[in-house]
Amino acid sequence: MSITIENLTHIYNEGSPYQTNALEDVNIEIKSGEFIGLIGHTGSGKSTLIQHINGLLKPDKGKIIVEGMDITRKDVKMTQVRKKVGLVFQYPEHQLFEETVYKDIAFGPKNVGLDSEEIDNRVKEAMNLVKLPFEELKERSPFELSGGQQRRVAIAGVLAMKPDILILDEPTAGLDPRGRDEIFEQIRLLHQKYKNTIILVSHSMEDIAKLTDRIIVMHEGKVLLTGETKAVFRESKRLEAIGLGVPQITKLMGILADKNIPLARDILTVEDAKIEILKWLRGKKNA
Amino acid sequence: MLKDITIGQHYPTGSVVHKLDPRTKIIAVFVFIITLFLVDNFMAYGFVAVFVLLCIMISKIPMKYIIKGLKPLTFIILFTLMINSFMIAGEIIISIGPLSITKEGLYQGSFMAVRLIMLVIGTSLLTLTTSPITLTDGIESLLNPLKKIGVPAHELAMMMTIALRFIPTLLEETDKIMKAQMARGADFESGSLIKRSKSLVPLLVPLFTSAFRRADDLAMAMEARCYRGGEGRTRMKQLKYYKRDFVAIVIVVSMFAILYFS
Repeated sequence: MSITIENLTHIYNEGSPYQTNALEDVNIEIKSGEFIGLIGHTGSGKSTLIQHINGLLKPDKGKIIVEGMDITRKDVKMTQVRKKVGLVFQYPEHQLFEETVYKDIAFGPKNVGLDSEEIDNRVKEAMNLVKLPFEELKERSPFELSGGQQRRVAIAGVLAMKPDILILDEPTAGLDPRGRDEIFEQIRLLHQKYKNTIILVSHSMEDIAKLTDRIIVMHEGKVLLTGETKAVFRESKRLEAIGLGVPQITKLMGILADKNIPLARDILTVEDAKIEILKWLRGKKNA
Repeated sequence: MLKDITIGQHYPTGSVVHKLDPRTKIIAVFVFIITLFLVDNFMAYGFVAVFVLLCIMISKIPMKYIIKGLKPLTFIILFTLMINSFMIAGEIIISIGPLSITKEGLYQGSFMAVRLIMLVIGTSLLTLTTSPITLTDGIESLLNPLKKIGVPAHELAMMMTIALRFIPTLLEETDKIMKAQMARGADFESGSLIKRSKSLVPLLVPLFTSAFRRADDLAMAMEARCYRGGEGRTRMKQLKYYKRDFVAIVIVVSMFAILYFS
């Protein structure tokens, strides 16, 4: 499912002394099935941007077209948009409220009017996707689970709506490294299985590098850079200038390349770096 | 929707009104409120209105902003007007079925409405021109003499500071949770009254848990910094009266004394 954003402008507190232009003339094109990384400094407009995509915020100017449907028009049914675009907020476990895990995950599907059998299937499937044991947890209260499990319940609550576009706002903030890796792995598998469009907001360049096809860089409410993941991380100087960075390994390869060692600069993972360095070492031995 | 709430919001412009000592402003507002309840003719309200308008102009707060703050109260104001016009007996102007609007009722109703509007504008002028922290400092300082009879002035002021400090935080939190539930298809805006109040559960439960979590964290953080109540506490910004405070108090008090006794 594709997304087109045209000349999007959003102003907070217009006319008061606290007025801020959160987004200014943003143009973005996202193709169906893409895995997009959205990066930018705190306050660069990322959160404002993603809230526009499922209609939680209305633009002051501009259009947002989700699969041919202009969602900024007044006659658009919001439940239709929310069914298509799933949004997982930062610290989503803060939104849990039901008595049982099952009921909480079923909240979304129920709101869009599915029958109980379909809801049952959806809850099972969603819990399976985030690796939560259904039988064991369905009757437990979400408040007595661990932080990592609560996070998964909340993510499952969005997945149960089977959105074609999934937006995740720092889904692993505040989790330990293991919890983080598990959640990212599940997101990766989900993308592989359903080929849905995913937009991932993250401050971890390593994770962005590992997962995404394409990156959008936001800075002060504007799109600064956009392109394939490798291409964007080649612009390390520009990224550093706005307080962002590149993955550690990319940085290391860049430093080595600066020392006139013939290594590629656009390496994103330790695995690839190993291959590249071994290739160079073998070449040297043969010479 | 939540953006419309301006009560308790500070609007800095650096005007003379902003610079006045908070105690001056609190006393002035008290005098103002008392006058509003004592005055009983439209003529005097006209003077009060002019005075309030002047204050707004001096404070450099845009009129639009103040009117925006009145919006959420439209219903209450209209309700007051209606109840009074229908309920008070007297000379009938129009009758609609069993209900009839009387001349006395209409007079009394509009009187109440004007009083309410003035009350809201006057008090919101206080919060708009005074930052919450200075405001509570002022209250604490004014309550200080009452400490002798056992009023916990410092604790009360601290409670107010914390409450005011957390209004924007909780509003933000509400907004966030609301959006998160809306993203899961929740509908807060349509349906019958019962359906709508039921739809508040997914909002209120997370809001309460997070409020308790915050309270816990804050208490812990205060403890960690050795907070032990007001005894022997000093402050960075001492309150001080200037000439302008005396001028302001004299103006306000004499203005309303004239209104009341004339």
